[in-house]
Amino acid sequence: MLLFIGLGLWDEKDISVKGLEEAKNCDILYAEFYTSKMGVDTKKLEKQLGKKIIVLDRENAEKGDKIINDAKNKKVGFLVAGDPMTATTHISLRIKAIEEGIKTKIIHGASIITASAGLLGLQIYKFGRIVSIARPYKDYFPLSPYDSIKSNMKMGLHTLLLLDTEDHMTANEGMQILLEMEKRKKEGIISEDTLIAVVARASSDDAVARAGYLKDLIKEDFGETPHSIVIPAKLHFMEAKALVTIANAPKEILREEGRLEG
Amino acid sequence: MGRKEENIKKAKDLRYKPERIRNIGVVAHIDHGKTTFSDNLLAGAGMISEELAGEQLVLDYDEQEQARGITINAAAASMVHEYEGKEYLINLIDTPGHVDFGGDVTRAMRAVDGAIVVVCAVEGVMPQTETVLRQALKERVKPVLLINKVDRLINELKLDPQEMQRRFVKIITEVNQLIKKMAPEQFKDKWLVRPEDGSVAFGSALHNWAISVPYMKRTGITFKDIYEYCKNNDQKTLAKKAPIHVVALDMVIRHLPNPKEAQKYRIPNIWRGDLDSEIGKAMVDCDPNGPLSLMVTKILIDPHAGEVTFGRVYSGTLREGQEVYIIGMPKPYRIQQVAVMVGDERIPVDEIPAGNIAAILGLRDAYAGATVTSRPDVEPFESIKHYSEPVVTVRVEAKKPSDLPKLVKVLRDISKADPSIQVEINQETGEYLMSGMGELHLEVTEYRIKNEHKVDIITSEPTVIYRETVKKKSPVFEGKSPNKHNYLYVEVEPLEESVVKALLEGQIPENVKKYKKEVAKKLEELGMPKEEAKGVFGIKGANLITDVTKGIQHLHEAKELLKQAFEEVCQAGPKAAEPLQGVKVRLVDAKLHEDAIHRGPAQLIPAMRNAIYGAMTLAEPILLEPIQKVFISVPAELLGNVTREITQRRGTILDIKNEEDMSIVLAKAPVAEMFGFASAIRSATGGRVLWSTENMGFEPLPDFLQEEVMKKIRQRKGLPPEPYPAEHYAG
Ligand SMILES: Nc1nc2c(ncn2[C@@H]2O[C@H](COP(=O)(O)OP(=O)(O)OP(=O)(O)O)[C@@H](O)[C@H]2O)c(=O)[nH]1
Ligand SMILES: [Mg+2]
Repeated sequence: MLLFIGLGLWDEKDISVKGLEEAKNCDILYAEFYTSKMGVDTKKLEKQLGKKIIVLDRENAEKGDKIINDAKNKKVGFLVAGDPMTATTHISLRIKAIEEGIKTKIIHGASIITASAGLLGLQIYKFGRIVSIARPYKDYFPLSPYDSIKSNMKMGLHTLLLLDTEDHMTANEGMQILLEMEKRKKEGIISEDTLIAVVARASSDDAVARAGYLKDLIKEDFGETPHSIVIPAKLHFMEAKALVTIANAPKEILREEGRLEG
Repeated sequence: MGRKEENIKKAKDLRYKPERIRNIGVVAHIDHGKTTFSDNLLAGAGMISEELAGEQLVLDYDEQEQARGITINAAAASMVHEYEGKEYLINLIDTPGHVDFGGDVTRAMRAVDGAIVVVCAVEGVMPQTETVLRQALKERVKPVLLINKVDRLINELKLDPQEMQRRFVKIITEVNQLIKKMAPEQFKDKWLVRPEDGSVAFGSALHNWAISVPYMKRTGITFKDIYEYCKNNDQKTLAKKAPIHVVALDMVIRHLPNPKEAQKYRIPNIWRGDLDSEIGKAMVDCDPNGPLSLMVTKILIDPHAGEVTFGRVYSGTLREGQEVYIIGMPKPYRIQQVAVMVGDERIPVDEIPAGNIAAILGLRDAYAGATVTSRPDVEPFESIKHYSEPVVTVRVEAKKPSDLPKLVKVLRDISKADPSIQVEINQETGEYLMSGMGELHLEVTEYRIKNEHKVDIITSEPTVIYRETVKKKSPVFEGKSPNKHNYLYVEVEPLEESVVKALLEGQIPENVKKYKKEVAKKLEELGMPKEEAKGVFGIKGANLITDVTKGIQHLHEAKELLKQAFEEVCQAGPKAAEPLQGVKVRLVDAKLHEDAIHRGPAQLIPAMRNAIYGAMTLAEPILLEPIQKVFISVPAELLGNVTREITQRRGTILDIKNEEDMSIVLAKAPVAEMFGFASAIRSATGGRVLWSTENMGFEPLPDFLQEEVMKKIRQRKGLPPEPYPAEHYAG
């Protein structure tokens, strides 16, 4: 039996009651944190569950052979940040398990996908394709996120940008990369005056939700990671109001030419 | 003012007159007399004392050069010469003849516009003569010919004037055949050497005399006179009547181009930037007022001054205190000192304008081949590609472990100064490996590490560097990314012979991204299918990768990573972690994740690496070993001893010629078997032997050795004894 247990967004307390109970009943617990650098302290989590946790690095989590092997005759829990099948790629592990005749189950947790919209007061049904921003590597500089932002914008959809958590990318670095993309593509999608929203440490006591112009936000310090960015498209007036009241967006967005829908 | 001081002053003045400058190299087969000749030019021009010249070899000042009696470093020296009432500045580079130091010749050819090809009258045109001539012509460096050691024809071989003439004709004909074969199209005829116009001189560098047809006409000296003087043991008088420096330097000034003329056709050959841009124009025009561009051709360690960088200024003016950029390095450097070489001395000056060869202090991170400019964003010069790559390697260890950091730095400095030395760290064992062109090259470098850099080291026995290739086409192999969200489908097969050859000769730019069209066109001309030629997106060594897929989403963005993986694989094949040669990788299909983060470097690089390794494993991978050509000349009665020595070393005799009572053997043998050949052949012939070698690339290791050699390499590298089966890479 293999259980995918979502840990939710921030610390050991974000796990659901069901997740907690199931985890306590597992024979073996594995965890991976590379897909999300949340504030979970493994020691505290172990204490809370009364069990040892084997933390896997990316390579071993992706290989998954240990988990599969153990799950053949034991109850194995795989603790995953957020909602297990959302921002991560554990579906291949689940398929492999099922192919091996292992029963599987998912216990959901909160995810940044919904939390970011919620924290900013944006409407979830107005989001388009989600994209990740990776740090450039030697000559490798993926520009496909730019194309996604562009096509989302065209359709009036917001874009949620997940920042590479594995190397603690900050929202400021993310914005820098966006500007660099614009420099290379030159299609006028991102500029210093683009309205941007930032979410940091969702579900923690000092969670941040901020909105403003890129040129201002890029200079702000949002504290520790994880961070994510939203690039809003045209706003519903309620969304605009929410950004101003909740996320301290400049008031002028309420009046700006072409900023609001309709 | 003494003559030397006067010359220094003249040299300083002449640097501003490009029409009065000649940048030349002296090139030849080993021992044909380049350094003796160069020294005598310097002495004749009043740059060093005449007694010293030819005796001590001022240009072989290095301790090891003196001890071994050969040139190791290309050395620059300048002199002033008067021709038809005008003074000229000759910047000369004396190059080494030993193949192991051939990289220095290649690099020196970038700095000069003309070359004096020295050919020993006794030995005639030798393999290395062809090689250096090819190197010169490839760089569009115009040759003239000096037939040297003519005294030996008369005094040792006792040839009569007629026989002498016949020798000369033979040498000139052979040299011209080579020029015809190898010169760029537009120069094939123009650059032939002709005795009647004075582009050929005959002489004796050792005894300080030479003649040419124009000089004979001018002075009335005849071949017969020369013959008599030599016969009568009075070459001193001859040297007064026909001093070698006058005859040779006259020839240089008359027949070799000045930098202004030469840069017009040389720049388009060595620089791919826009010739109509400001800097492009400045270079073509050799304009001292344009932006600075300089190419580093040599770095020497001076015991007092430290690192001295030599390079050719193509445009602009290099000044003391100036801020310059080394292309590829982020921050600018301040020039501490600029100098010209006069004689063998470095004379500091305030500035060096375009068309000159400069010595520079303060370019800390420069390496031989670097482009130095006054602007950070200039297109760099084409890299200087030597025809042969390192084939021999040793493990290097610091005797005292505490010396390790120092050793690391020294090794880095050494490979920067001498790009023919490659240093790498074996990831499995943590050892430092130093590779070079041959046994001697490594020996000399080892000596330098110990004595110049003062790090005590232990080195292993030398071993050769192999190559890995495949014998047949593989089936399609699927490589999976660790997250299993990306699949790459790859085939490998032997790369077309013609393409391999062109790549080894550096005929195709490695920067495919930049020269995509040109690369595709060239490859198609060489016989590659059009679809493949167009799809090439990575070239590494003599291997390439091509994309023959159509319309796959996100592939464009992923290619950079696939290329990186391909390059990694090219450094270390699946069989013995040796570099690849002659492998064509075809990307035939790919399935990629939608989101960039799930197909990033950590996913696609291993996927591609596994795909290529897996495919290679199914394509009959084999090892290639480096092969040397060997030329041996011995008295005919010793021929048997020589052939025995060769065949014992898995060698093959290719040709035997008899000239008078000498036998000249042409053979080839694996480098791996040639260690210790020097002393073996000496004792087999009682020392009565002249020989030289030349690297001639890689050939398949015989079947019966494949397994054994592979195991040995794997053991030495700390790899598991057997290579992985294909399934290992299927993930
Ligand atoms: N008889 C005679 N001997 C010469 C002449 N020129 C050079 N030699 C001798 O040939 C040998 C090699 O001379 P080098 O000047 O060192 O030759 P090289 O071409 O510089 O040699 P590498 O730099 O090692 O390739 C020395 O012993 C010289 O004295 C010459 O014209 N006549
Ligand atoms: Mg020499």
